[in-house]
Amino acid sequence: MKILVFAEQRDLTFKKSAFEAVYAAQGIAAALGAEVTALVVGSGVQRIAPELGAYGASRVIAVDDPSLAAHSNTAYAKVIAAVAAKEGAQMVFMPASQMGKDLAPRVAVKLGAGLASDCVALSVRNGDVIATRPVYAGKAVVDVRVKTDVKVFTLRPNVFTAKPGSGTATVEPMTVPLDAADFATTVKELHVATGRPDVTEADIIVSGGRGMKGPEHFPLIEGLADVLGAGVGASRAVVDAGWRPHDEQVGQTGKTVAPTLYIACGISGAVQHLAGMSSSKYIVAINKDKDAPIFQIADYGIVGDLFDILPELTAQLKHALGK
Amino acid sequence: MKVAVCINHVPDTETKIKIGPDNLSIDRTGVNFMMSPYDEIAVEEGLRLREKFKGEVVVLSLGGDKHKETLRKALAMGVDKAVLLKDEAERDSFGVAYALAEELRTLAPEVILFGKQSIDYDDAQVGTLVAELLGYPSVAVVVKIDVQDGKVVCQREIEGGHESVETQLPAIFLAQKGLNEPRYPSLKGIMAAKSKPIEEKPAAPAAARVETIAMRKPPAKASGKIVGTDKSAVPELVRLLHEEAKVI
Repeated sequence: MKILVFAEQRDLTFKKSAFEAVYAAQGIAAALGAEVTALVVGSGVQRIAPELGAYGASRVIAVDDPSLAAHSNTAYAKVIAAVAAKEGAQMVFMPASQMGKDLAPRVAVKLGAGLASDCVALSVRNGDVIATRPVYAGKAVVDVRVKTDVKVFTLRPNVFTAKPGSGTATVEPMTVPLDAADFATTVKELHVATGRPDVTEADIIVSGGRGMKGPEHFPLIEGLADVLGAGVGASRAVVDAGWRPHDEQVGQTGKTVAPTLYIACGISGAVQHLAGMSSSKYIVAINKDKDAPIFQIADYGIVGDLFDILPELTAQLKHALGK
Repeated sequence: MKVAVCINHVPDTETKIKIGPDNLSIDRTGVNFMMSPYDEIAVEEGLRLREKFKGEVVVLSLGGDKHKETLRKALAMGVDKAVLLKDEAERDSFGVAYALAEELRTLAPEVILFGKQSIDYDDAQVGTLVAELLGYPSVAVVVKIDVQDGKVVCQREIEGGHESVETQLPAIFLAQKGLNEPRYPSLKGIMAAKSKPIEEKPAAPAAARVETIAMRKPPAKASGKIVGTDKSAVPELVRLLHEEAKVI
C-alpha cells in the first residue's frame, strides 16, 4: 500500500504543514504496513526535496518544471493526480492550507476519490483510516470514513506534530506533460506581508476584541504580539466595525485556529468566537468583566483593565525573553 | 451575463450545537437556520455583476423544503430566479457537488459563485468539486473579482497575504469576507419575493464517497484560574506561562 503526500512549498521553502503531513502519513503507514512517498511540485524543487526524508518519506518524487514556478491550481492538481495514479497510491495526504484546500477537491475528482477535509486526527481501525474533523466551526466533531478505493485527506495545519529524525530520502525526478490548457488559472503576483505570522500558522496569537475600545489602541496588541513572535487576531465585532482587517478575524465566520497559546484581550467570548479558538492548547483571557464567557474556557485569567495590564505584560515578557 | 449562485441553509452562528439521538447529526429542535454567511457575499457579488453587465442571477440550493426560506431571502435581495434541487436526505459534499454540477451544466452560466465554505460542515469542497466536474477554472477565497472582456483578475487570500490570480470566463469563484458588504433585502424586495416562484427539481442522485460514522461534542475545556484583578497579577501570569504551561 502506498501513501502519497503532497508537500507544499512556497519560494522553495517547505511549509511547516508539509512536514506535519509527511510525519502524520508515516504514523498511518506504520499502522497499515504502507510506505510513504512525498511529492514536491514547482520550479527548482529538486534541491529542497531531500529535506522530507527526516520526517519519514523514504522516497520523494520531484516534479521540477519551470512552467510550474508560478502557482496554478489546475496545473498543480493535474500533476498531483497524475503522480498518484502512476504510483498506484491508495491514499493522498495534503495540508489543509489555502493551497491544499484549493487543490484537494480537484485531485479527488480526477482520482474518483472521496475527500475528508481539514482533519485534526487520524487513526486506523480494522485496517481502515478514520478521520476526525471539526464541524460547525468546532462546536462538534465527526469521525468519517472515506468509502472509495482511493482516499484523499487534508490535514489542518498546526495540529499534527512533526518531529525530524535521522531518515533520508531518495529523490526521483518525474515529468508530467502539461500544455497551455492546463493553466486555466495562474497566479500573477504574490503579496505576502512580512513580519507577523498568519493566525492559522502561528504558535501564539494575541487577539483583541471590543474591549480595546478603538483601532487606535491595537498597537498594545501588536506590541505584545511582536515580543512573542505571535500572530494578531481579532473578534468579529472589531472586524465588522472596521477596526481590523478581515484576515485577522478568528471565529466561525473567520479563521479557526489552534495555537499553543491564545491571549484574548477585551474579548467577551461569543459562541461564534469560542468555536474558532477553543482548541488552542492554552488560553489566557484579560477582560474587565468577570462574567465574560471567555473565562469559562481560559486556563489563566486576569479580571481587570487591559490598558494597565497589557503594557505591564509586554514589558515583563520582553524582559523575561531578553528582548 | 448569466450568473448562478449556489447557496446553503445552515444553523445560525450563535447556535449552541446539540448532538442528535443518532449520534451522526445535530439536534435541529429549536435551531434557527439562515443563509450561510459566505453565500450571502456570493449572492451580493452576483447582483453587482448583473448591475454592471446586465443579464440574470439564478440561485440554487440543494436540500429539503426548508431551504426555500434561504432561496426566498436571495429573491428578496434581488436575484431573478430560484431553483431548489430537492433532496431531504443528508448528502456528503461530493453528492451535493454532483447534483449541482448536473444542473449547472444545463444552465451554462458564465459565472458561478459559491461561499468559500458552508458554515455547517465546513468542508470547503463543494465549489471546487463542481469546478472540476464541469471543467471550469476556479478561484477560491476571493476578496476581489475584476471582469474585463472575458478575462478576470482576482485577489485571493492566502496565509499572511494575497495572490493575484488571472483566469477566463466561464469560471467559478468562492467568496470570502471582504469581497463586498451584502445588502439587506428591502421591504419592497421582501414583498416581491413572496410572489416569485421557486422552481423545484429532484436532485440528481450520487453515491456518497465519505460516510460520517460518529458525531460528538469536543471535549469540554475546564475553566482555569483567575490569576488576579490588576497588573500586579502579571508576574504570576508570566511564571505560570513559563513554568506550568511551558509555552514561553
